[in-house]
Amino acid sequence: MENFPWLTVLMVVPLIGAIVVALLPSGSSGRPWRPVALGVSLVALLISIGAALQFTSGSADQFQLVEKHQWIPQFGVSYALGVDGIALSLIVMSAILVPVCLLAMWDEFPGGGGREKNYFALTLLLEAFIVGVFAATDVFLFYVFFEAMLIPVYFLIGWFGGEGRQKAALKFLLFSLAGGLVMLAAVIGVYFQGPQGGEGFLVENLTGLSMGQNTERLLFLGFFIAFAVKAPMWPVHTWLPDAAAASRPATATLLVGVLDKVGTFGMIRFCLQLFPNASQWATPVVIVLAIISIVYGAVLAIGQDDLMRLIAYTSISHFGFIVLGIFVMTSTAGAGASLYMVNHGFGTAALFLIAGMLIARRGSTKISDYGGWQKIAPGLAGVFLLSGLAGLALPGLGSFVSEFLVIVGSFQHSKWAGAFAVTGMVLAATYIMWLYKRMMTGPTPELATPVRDITIREKVVVAPLIAAFLVLGFFPKPVLDVINPAVQQTLQIVGVSDPQPTHPTAATTGSNNR
Amino acid sequence: MTPVYTLAAAQVVTEVQPTVDASGAASWAWLLVALPLLGAAIILLGGRSANRWGPTLANVMSWGAFGLGAAILIEMLGRAGDERAQSLHLWQWFTGGSFEVNAGMLVDQLSISFVMLVTFVGSLIHVYSLGYMEHDPDKGRFFGYLNLFIAAMLTLVLADSYVLLFLGWEGVGLASYLLIGFWYQRSDYASAANKAFIVNRVGDMALAIGIAMMFVTFGSADYSTVHGGAAGAPEWALTAIGLLLLGAACGKSAQFPLQSWLGDAMAGPTPVSALIHAATMVTAGVYLIVRSNAIFDLAPTARLVVTIVGAITLLLGAFIGMAKDDIKKALAASTMSQIGYMMLAAGLGPVGYVFAIFHLLTHGFFKAGMFLGAGSVMHAMNDQVNMRRFGRLSGVLKHTWWTFGLGWLAIIGFPGLSGWWSKDKIIEAAFVGEGWQPWVFGLVTMLGAGLTAFYMSRLFFMTFHGSGKRWTEDVHPHESPLVMTVPMMILAVGSLALGAILTAVKFPEWLAPVTNGGHLEHHEPVLAIPAIQILTFVLMAAGVFVAWRLYWKADVPVVAPEGSALTQAARTDFYQDDVNEAVFVGPLMTTATGLVEADDQIVDGGARNLGDGVAGLSRVLRRAQTGFVRSYALTMLAGVVAVLGALWVMN
Repeated sequence: MENFPWLTVLMVVPLIGAIVVALLPSGSSGRPWRPVALGVSLVALLISIGAALQFTSGSADQFQLVEKHQWIPQFGVSYALGVDGIALSLIVMSAILVPVCLLAMWDEFPGGGGREKNYFALTLLLEAFIVGVFAATDVFLFYVFFEAMLIPVYFLIGWFGGEGRQKAALKFLLFSLAGGLVMLAAVIGVYFQGPQGGEGFLVENLTGLSMGQNTERLLFLGFFIAFAVKAPMWPVHTWLPDAAAASRPATATLLVGVLDKVGTFGMIRFCLQLFPNASQWATPVVIVLAIISIVYGAVLAIGQDDLMRLIAYTSISHFGFIVLGIFVMTSTAGAGASLYMVNHGFGTAALFLIAGMLIARRGSTKISDYGGWQKIAPGLAGVFLLSGLAGLALPGLGSFVSEFLVIVGSFQHSKWAGAFAVTGMVLAATYIMWLYKRMMTGPTPELATPVRDITIREKVVVAPLIAAFLVLGFFPKPVLDVINPAVQQTLQIVGVSDPQPTHPTAATTGSNNR
Repeated sequence: MTPVYTLAAAQVVTEVQPTVDASGAASWAWLLVALPLLGAAIILLGGRSANRWGPTLANVMSWGAFGLGAAILIEMLGRAGDERAQSLHLWQWFTGGSFEVNAGMLVDQLSISFVMLVTFVGSLIHVYSLGYMEHDPDKGRFFGYLNLFIAAMLTLVLADSYVLLFLGWEGVGLASYLLIGFWYQRSDYASAANKAFIVNRVGDMALAIGIAMMFVTFGSADYSTVHGGAAGAPEWALTAIGLLLLGAACGKSAQFPLQSWLGDAMAGPTPVSALIHAATMVTAGVYLIVRSNAIFDLAPTARLVVTIVGAITLLLGAFIGMAKDDIKKALAASTMSQIGYMMLAAGLGPVGYVFAIFHLLTHGFFKAGMFLGAGSVMHAMNDQVNMRRFGRLSGVLKHTWWTFGLGWLAIIGFPGLSGWWSKDKIIEAAFVGEGWQPWVFGLVTMLGAGLTAFYMSRLFFMTFHGSGKRWTEDVHPHESPLVMTVPMMILAVGSLALGAILTAVKFPEWLAPVTNGGHLEHHEPVLAIPAIQILTFVLMAAGVFVAWRLYWKADVPVVAPEGSALTQAARTDFYQDDVNEAVFVGPLMTTATGLVEADDQIVDGGARNLGDGVAGLSRVLRRAQTGFVRSYALTMLAGVVAVLGALWVMN
C-alpha cells in the first residue's frame, strides 16, 4: 500500500458518490439516496482511517501520503496532495462528521423527493472538496478547492435553509469571495517570488523564500484577510451568525465545524509557513484581534435569544482561542490550537445537531420559546448539557485539553495574552449555563402535542460525538502525537523557539533532554 | 515570651517528602475513583429503571471505595516513615510542546486522610439519602450525581499534579452544580446552581493561570517538580502563584470575596448540603493551600493574604450566621466561618497547616452531622426551614436532638469534644508570631469562638428548645427512620470523640512529613496557652449564655424583629448580591444587550451597505442573466480564466 493514492481516493469516493446520488431518479421509492449517501460517507470514513494508519508520526518529511502530478505546468500548477498531522486530523474529523450529519438529516425532509436527494448529493460533494482543501500542497490547487467549496455550501444554505436563507447565503458568498479575491492576488504574487517554473506553486518550493519586507507583508495580508474572514475573526465575523441561523443544523455543522477551519488551518500552513517574518510582524495585532474575538463572541453569545446564533457566536469565541494559539507561536499553544480545531468540530457538531433535534420538536429557534424541557425530554437535555460542558471546556471533555494548552502557551508568550484569554472560561460558563437554564429548567411546559425524547437514530447521531469528547478529553495522545511534530516543524520554519522555564528543576531539565 | 517561629525558620522547612512507587493496596488506588465513576455512569445511562436499583448500586460503590481506602490506610500505617508517600503512574494524559501532563496519583498521609473523610462521611450520606430521597421520582439521577461527586472529589485529592487536580476541581464543581439544581423545575434553584458554577469558574480561572505560571517558571505542573523547585524560584513568582491558588481556593471554599454562592447552594437536597457544601468539597480550597505548602512557605506575603482572607471570612460568616432564620442558611454561614478558621490556619504556615487539616476533619464530621440533623428536622416539619417556626423539637425528635446536640457542643468548642481539640489549636497558633499579626489574628479567632457559640446556640435553642412550640398548624413532627438516624448517630460519635482520638494517635505528627518536613516544632504564642484556653472558654460560655437568654428563656417572635443595622446587613449577606449585580452581572448583561445591537448596526452595518450595493448591482445583472447563483459562478469562472491568462502572458 506504499504508493496507494489514499488522498485522491478519499476525494474521489464522495465525488462519485455525489454524482451517483444526484443521478438517482427523484421518484424512486424508499428514498435510496439516503442509504447510498450514508454508505459512501462511511466508506470514505474507512478510507480516512486507512490513510491515518499509514501515517507515521515523527517523520522528517513535512508531508506524508504525498501524490504529485503535473497539472498545468505552463502556469506552474501541480496536482499535489499530502498531509501533515494537523491536516490529517482535520480530514479524519471531517470524515467522521459527514456520516453523522447525513444521519442527522435523515428525517429532515418529510416528503423525501428530489430536494432531499440534492441535499445528500451536495453534502457528499462538499466532503470531496473538504478533503481537497486540507490535502492540497500546491497553493493554487488549494485556492481552487477553497473557492470550489463555496458552491455546495451556497446551495446548501440558499436552497435548503430556513428563514432568510437567500440573504444569508448571499452574504456568506460575498464575504468569502471578497476574501478569496484578495487571496487570489496574493497567490499569484507569491508565485512570482518563488522559483516559478512547472512546479512553482508547490508549498515546498515557496517555503523559505527571501523576499522584500513590504512584499512579504502585503502577501501575508492577502492570505491572512481571506483566512480571517473564513475563520471568522472579529470584525469580519458577521456573516457567520446569519449563515448558521439560516442553515439546516447539519449544514451549520459542516460550515462552522469544518469549513471555517480552513481559515485557521490556512493561517498555519500558509501565513506562518510562507511568510514567517511578516507573521511575526503581525503577531501583536493578531493577538489583540484574537482576544477581542474570544471576549466579543462570548459576550454576544450571552446576549442571544436565537439558539443557532448563540452557538455561532460561541464559535467566534472559540476561533479566537485557535487564532491566539497559532499566533503566539509557542509549541504548546500551537498544539492546543491544532487540537482545538478538532475538538471544536465535534463540540459544535453536537451543539448544532442537538439544537436541530430540539428545533424540530418545538418548531422555533427562539430560546425563550423553551423552558422546563428536562422534564419532557430528559435524554435530549442530558446530551445537550454534556455538549455544552464540552463547549465550556470542562476537564475530561475534549476542548479542555486544547483550551488549556492555548491558555498556558499564550501565557508563556505574554502574561497579558494569557490573562485576557482566560476570561473566556468564565464567559463560556455563563453562556452555556444560562442557555441550559432558560431552555431546560423551570416548570413543565404546556405544549399542544407531546414531545418525544431522543430517538434511537438521534442517539446514534450523538453517540460518536460524545465518544469523541471523552476520548479527546482523557486520551488525546493519538491525535497529539501527530499534531505535535507538525506544529514543531511549522515553528521551526518560522524560526521561533519556545521560551525555557525561568527556573527549571532537575526533573524538567531532564525531560527536555530526553 | 519570645516567639521561636520566624520567617527564617520557615525557609528551612521546605523539604518535600520523597515518594516511592506505589505497591500493595495503594497500587489499586485508581479504583477509588473508578468505582464511584462507574457507578455514576451506569446509573445515569440507566434511565428510569435506575430509580429502582441505582440507590443500592451507588451505596455499594461508595462503600467499596471506603473499604479500599481503609485498606490503603491500614497498610500505610504499617509502613516505615519514609515509605508512606507513594506515587502511582496511570497514563500520559496529554503533551503540548514541552508541556507534558501525566495522570498519576499521590497517595500520602494528606491524601489518604481526605480519602477517609470523603468516603466515610460520603458513604454515610449515601445511606441517609436512601431514606431522605425515598419518595423522590428522580432518585436514580440523584444517586448517580452523588457517585459522580465522590469520584471527582477523590480525583481532586489523589492527583499528583495541579492539572489532574484541576480535573477533580471542576468535576466537583459540576457535581455541585447538578445537585444544587437537582430540583430543576424551580427556577430559583436552577439560578442558584448557575451562580455556584459561574462564581466557582472565577476561582478556576485563577487556578488555570496559576498552572500556566508554574509551567512558565518550572516547566511543569506536577507536584514533585513544582514543590521540589520552589526553593530555586524567586519570591515574586511564588507569591504570584500563591495568590492565584488562593483565588481558586476562595471560589471553591466560599471565602471572601467569592463567598456569595454558598448560601444559595442550600437549594440542593439537604444530604448534598451536608456532603458537598459542608464536609468535603468546600474544604478543597484548604486542601489546595496545604498541599502547596512548599510554595507558601517561601511566599510570606501570599500567606499573609491567605490569613487575612480567612480572618475576614471567619467574622463575615459568623455575623451572617447570627442573622439568618433559615436553618440551612445559618449552617451554611457557619461553614463559611469554620473554613475561614482553616484558611487562617493554613495561612499561618508551618505552625498552622496540620491544625487546618485537623479542624477540617473534625468539622467534616460535626457539620455533616448537623446538616443531616437539619434534614431530619425538615423531614419532620414538611420541609420548612424557618427556625422561627420550630421550637421544642427535642421532645419529638429525640435522636435528632442528641446527635445534633453533640455537633453543637463540638462546634462551639466545648472542652473535650472534637471541635475543642482542633479549634483551640488554631487559636493558639494564631497567637504565634511577631508584631501586630499574632494579636490581630489571635483575637479574631478568639472573638470568633464567642460568636460561634452564640449563633450555634441560637440555632440549637430555637430549633430544639425554648419557651414554646411555634409550629405552623399543618405539621406533625415525627422522628426520621433508622436509615437516616443511624448515620447521624455515627457522625455524632465522631463529633464527640474524633478530636480526642486523632490527638491520641498523634495525627498532627503523622501528617507533619507532608507539611512540615517531618518535624512539628513547638512555638510559643504571645499569650500563655492557659490564658488563651481560659479566655476562649469564657467567650464561649458568654456566647451560649446570651443565646440562652434570648432564644431559650425569652419568647422568640414568629416574625423576625427589624433588628440593628448590622443584623439587617448580615441578613442580606452584607449586600453581596447587590454588589455582584451592580459591579459584574448588570454591566455584563447591559454590555451583551448593547453589543448585540451594535454588532448588527455598526459592525455588520458596514458590510451590509457594501452588500446592498452589490445586491443592487446583481439586481441589474439578474435582468441580463438568469439569477444570482449562476452569475457568481460565471464571475468566478471568468476570474480563474483571467488569472490563468495573465500568468500565461507573463510567462
